[in-house]
Amino acid sequence: MKAKLVVIWGLLVFVIGSTAFNYASKRRFYNFPADSISFKVPSNFPKPVYDFKDNPVTANGFKLGRILFYDPLLSKDKSISCANCHQSFAAFANLDHAVSHGTDECLGTRNAPPLFNLAWQKEFMWDGGVHHIEVSPMNAMTNPCEMATDLNTITKRLQQTEPYPALFKAAFGSTEINSQRAFRALAQFTSMLVSANSKYDKYIRKEAGGDFTAEETAGYELFKQKCSTCHQEPLFTDLTYRSNGLDLKPDDIGRDSITHLETDRGKFRVPSLRNIELTKPYMHDGRFSTLKEVLQHYDAGVKPAANLDPALHQNNIYGIKLTTVEQRQLTAFLKTLTDPDFINDKRFQSPELQTQLKTIH
Amino acid sequence: MKKQLIFLACILFAAVSVTNAKPPKKGLKEIKQGNLSLHFKNVVDGKDLKLNDSVSLYKNANGDDFKVTAFKYYISNVSLIAKNGEKVAIPDSYFLVNAADSGSLDQQVTNIPEGKYTGISFTIGVDSLRNFAGAQTGVLDPAKGMFWSWNSGYIFVKLEGESPKSTAKKNRLTFHIGGAKNPNNTIRTFTQKFPKTLKIADGKLPELELVTDAGALFKGKKTVDFAKLNFTMGGPNSVVVADNYADGLFRLGKVKN
Ligand code: HEC
Ligand code: HEC
Repeated sequence: MKAKLVVIWGLLVFVIGSTAFNYASKRRFYNFPADSISFKVPSNFPKPVYDFKDNPVTANGFKLGRILFYDPLLSKDKSISCANCHQSFAAFANLDHAVSHGTDECLGTRNAPPLFNLAWQKEFMWDGGVHHIEVSPMNAMTNPCEMATDLNTITKRLQQTEPYPALFKAAFGSTEINSQRAFRALAQFTSMLVSANSKYDKYIRKEAGGDFTAEETAGYELFKQKCSTCHQEPLFTDLTYRSNGLDLKPDDIGRDSITHLETDRGKFRVPSLRNIELTKPYMHDGRFSTLKEVLQHYDAGVKPAANLDPALHQNNIYGIKLTTVEQRQLTAFLKTLTDPDFINDKRFQSPELQTQLKTIH
Repeated sequence: MKKQLIFLACILFAAVSVTNAKPPKKGLKEIKQGNLSLHFKNVVDGKDLKLNDSVSLYKNANGDDFKVTAFKYYISNVSLIAKNGEKVAIPDSYFLVNAADSGSLDQQVTNIPEGKYTGISFTIGVDSLRNFAGAQTGVLDPAKGMFWSWNSGYIFVKLEGESPKSTAKKNRLTFHIGGAKNPNNTIRTFTQKFPKTLKIADGKLPELELVTDAGALFKGKKTVDFAKLNFTMGGPNSVVVADNYADGLFRLGKVKN
């Protein structure tokens, strides 16, 4: 009797164990174990905005999203992919491009923002015109100055290109390819771009590698006094729209183009300062190429624009006065926001499978 | 010993029943449902709408000549008004009508509880929730060309054309009406009584005709002068147009039981 029971228990364990093993071995992509493809909220972060309810991140969905992100097939003349403007080594911003550079050498009007911690954003773009992470790539896909194509062309091309039908089947259960599935796969990739392993994060979480130098500590204190009303921790943005006094008369009306309110003219979303060392040039139009220029702007360049934020006009002084020493200290602190783990994360880089794509005849 | 066996049996049973779980059935007394066929007839001030007709132009209420090159619109969240006054909402009712696609002029409202109805109500456009939700599919697929990529949300009513009065490039008329946020919210609702009682029954397909007047965009609250207003994509001018068409865009035609 006892022996029989042992056999039954043993069988049960064997069945469960081998099923699990089977799953594990099938779910490996580019040598990443399946469990590394799951969305995790860093302990020093709030609850994300994107709830993944209709689009839970899966290893297959993420894989498809990653391949799409790096595929120039998504642009009119098949010349540029998302990664042309959102480069992994620049924290997915566009290094050294003040404004985006699309097909036919067309120049856009805005600086490609870095892509990370997007799951915490309820609005997208410099002016907040887009309300959902899933539809945020559509602007670039259809803008005549960016990828210059349309969703019907993209879905048709994907249907005719190997191995997309199989990739969509693995991700969503059938070979059907429509814009919703492409958007959801891309959102699985972009929402997984979480940057929360900078020296600053380690300092906050009291982890190894998180010891600040005296200069960094001084910079952090200054930052909390002078910058964090807008660049709020831990995302380093409060996600509101403000003017930091770049122009008296803005060429790009910013938030006003969405709300049609004069009081929003020249306001842009407060950008995150995470990975700021890597995402030059700076501001919505990429006008500053160094952090030094940015700090000089706050110190002496803030203009009395109509909608200038009150935080930058205190006691009749425009801007935030910063001595050379303070500027050095602030710069040292800003560099603690660089997250090398994030930009070197192999999961987010170009998939080698790209070379295997071919047209179905 | 026995206890362990029972325990094991329970686990196995539980595992099997979890994998076999089916969604619970609806109430014992299933309410029967029927469908309704919707036929859209596009007109401009009583004349049939013909796209790209350069010979006989239409006139707006201001007396400006114009032709129409595209006319598309959404209606959603259809409710039928039952005899007892109760509003019966039809879930997932989204329709896109495109004057260039004759197939889209005939649509079907499905899964309507059987009964007698005295009127209809629907949203002209797409409800606010779906404007800000994630990527949609079906008639709400952004690939249908009725979704703004730079300012999220659907275009509820799209009319494009030309008028000699228009000061825009190539005398173009571009009326893309949308926006679901105050103060530039352009969601409007249509409610009207049927000329006679509509009967919905399983296996039957009654028909309702809806007459859509493209001319309604340009008259009503504020007569539109194409020299002054020939382009809008959301914002205050779209509100002007939506206020115009709120009352006149749709009219109920025949009901055939
Ligand atoms: C030609 C350059 C270019 C290409 C290609 C491009 N983007 Fe962008 N992207 C931009 C620019 C510029 C913006 C900011 C636009 C604005 O604010 O108006 C942006 C904004 C975004 C945003 C919003 C970020 C935020 O913080 O609000 C996301 C997400 C995004 N892009 C994803 C993608 C994806 C996915 C692709 C590929 C399908 C893609 N982009 C292709 C230039 C590009
Ligand atoms: C009143 C709110 C406010 C305050 C205070 C503020 N900023 Fe900003 N900051 C902004 C806004 C808004 C932008 C984007 C402006 C634009 O592009 O039009 C910005 C942009 C930046 C950028 C460029 C980011 C990028 O990705 O292009 C840096 C760097 C920056 N700020 C650093 C600082 C520092 C350091 C301080 C403190 C000395 C500070 N800011 C104080 C609102 C603020």
